[in-house]
Amino acid sequence: MYAQALDQKDRSPVIAEDPVRLERFEARCTAEDKIEPKDWMPDAYRRTLIRQISQHAHSEIIGMQPEGNWVTRAPSLRRKSILLSKIQDEAGHGLYLYSAAETLGVSREELSEQLLSGKAKYSSIFNYSTLTWADMGAVGWLVDGAAIMNQIPLCRCSYGPYARAMIRICKEESFHQRQGFEIMHTLAKGTVAQKAMAQDALNRWWWPCLMMFGPPDQASQHSDTSMRWKIKRFSNDELRQKFIDAMVPQARFLGLDIPDPELRFNEESGHWQTGAIDWSEFRRVLAGDGPCNRQRMRVRRQAEDEGIWVRDAARAFAAKRAARRQAAAIAAE
Amino acid sequence: MDVVAAIEDDLFAYALMLGDSALVLSHRLSEWSGFGPTLEEDIALSNMALDLIGQARLCLDYAGKVEGRGRDEDALAYLRDDNDYRNLLICEQPRGDFAVTMVRQLFYAGFMQPCFASLMASRDSTLAAIAAKAEKEMAYHLRHAGEWVIRLGDGTAESHTRTQRALDEMAIYVAEFFTVSAVERRLADAGIAPDPLALRAPFENSITPILKEATLIVPSFAGGQYGGKNGRHGEHLSRLLGEMQVLHRAHPGATW
Ligand SMILES: [Fe+2]
Ligand SMILES: [Fe+2]
Ligand SMILES: [Fe+2]
Repeated sequence: MYAQALDQKDRSPVIAEDPVRLERFEARCTAEDKIEPKDWMPDAYRRTLIRQISQHAHSEIIGMQPEGNWVTRAPSLRRKSILLSKIQDEAGHGLYLYSAAETLGVSREELSEQLLSGKAKYSSIFNYSTLTWADMGAVGWLVDGAAIMNQIPLCRCSYGPYARAMIRICKEESFHQRQGFEIMHTLAKGTVAQKAMAQDALNRWWWPCLMMFGPPDQASQHSDTSMRWKIKRFSNDELRQKFIDAMVPQARFLGLDIPDPELRFNEESGHWQTGAIDWSEFRRVLAGDGPCNRQRMRVRRQAEDEGIWVRDAARAFAAKRAARRQAAAIAAE
Repeated sequence: MDVVAAIEDDLFAYALMLGDSALVLSHRLSEWSGFGPTLEEDIALSNMALDLIGQARLCLDYAGKVEGRGRDEDALAYLRDDNDYRNLLICEQPRGDFAVTMVRQLFYAGFMQPCFASLMASRDSTLAAIAAKAEKEMAYHLRHAGEWVIRLGDGTAESHTRTQRALDEMAIYVAEFFTVSAVERRLADAGIAPDPLALRAPFENSITPILKEATLIVPSFAGGQYGGKNGRHGEHLSRLLGEMQVLHRAHPGATW
């Protein structure tokens, strides 16, 4: 889901690092040592991680919207409760990740400002609309499913706080995927209209989910350093292939058709092979022209703005209370 | 009419009152998902919504069993119209700003916490078990909302104004808490449900110090709006249910 960050070019000036320290740092990465906040790290490592972790955090936060769209219309109380707790988990993921990013010396406020100003990106998948209830199934099954593929290797990321946040997150993501699959399963075995709803959702989400892994390897700005530094372990295409190989049998089990007439099993490679991905769509959505890019940002800004007076009040109250305590302490002396 | 059947009708009606209030209020809280003033508070609002959905499910499930006509929690939640709902009017009022939400939560929890505490001693063991779980949740909501009302009331000039306004807006729905419907009268006499009148003192005892600490003017809670317990609602409930029920009703008999 969040691999996109690594495919963006780092435009900051290259800092000449102390070769001795750099060598020692790289040896630690190779030895699968965890790098901790107080350890020395190259500037580019720090910047790459801040960019990736914050993009991941922003994705969790913006990702609350497409599912939030169905909370008040969930078709049973059980589903409503599961959906609401899933969205709540995503908010929690955002929190862990912002905290992990803060250990690298950037504040949550700065990061949030970067999101609101459009400077920081979030995963493009959340710029698609959730048009029916089946999208709650497809999002859990496919979007969270793709996120897991990306995130499991991150549990072994060289940066300790990020790796530890990912371990917690991955546990919850697998519950998210299961509930999504269960929604799809119920719909696929349900009435004719429900099955059609499930198929329609798969039709709309399949290709965008394949794009979640980022551009094909030969087109992406290569991330050899990320690999060497144990931030990234698999290429975009490798992860995408893992995802396809896992999802095709699941779709068949559901009795749903993958919307790809060219999909076939390659006996030689042992992998499922898809038709060509329309990368022009990916670039269009990334550039801001997806169905919901503007809406997602507008809603996020609105929520931020409406919270200003509340956050101000909390700050003012905390200051008043601290002043009162201090005054009481002085009076007691 | 035999006595047992009469009590069962009352039990059904009472379980609906509890369940509907929890359901409708949880719906309003769930409207905050993704819109909380901070991430931490977004999570807390969802927590409270989830507690209330949980309570609603237990109560509606029990109502359906007592009624004995095969209606489950979803049939009761999704296939009744507003005039069959028995929730307190305060629950259906629009989400409003964060001050409205917190003041409403304070009032609701301030009433329901002692209500459930008393219901734990009910002669009906199912209600007593539901109450034991719900009482703890309401105590948490009361504490959480109380802390926020104090922060907002004693925060900035703007937060103070907004919170006082919220207080005055929500205060008119408080008197309904302490009205005694015929159902509640009979169940109280039978030792099954608390007498709402007896809950007034604990309510005021927990609310008043909070409002004072928040530097807010305590409203009188006299007069106001009634009718929710008897199915007479305001303009908002029908729309709320319209949204909540739209998908379920579009696919009669479907499983989700
Ligand atoms: Fe996610
Ligand atoms: Fe997540
Ligand atoms: Fe998730």
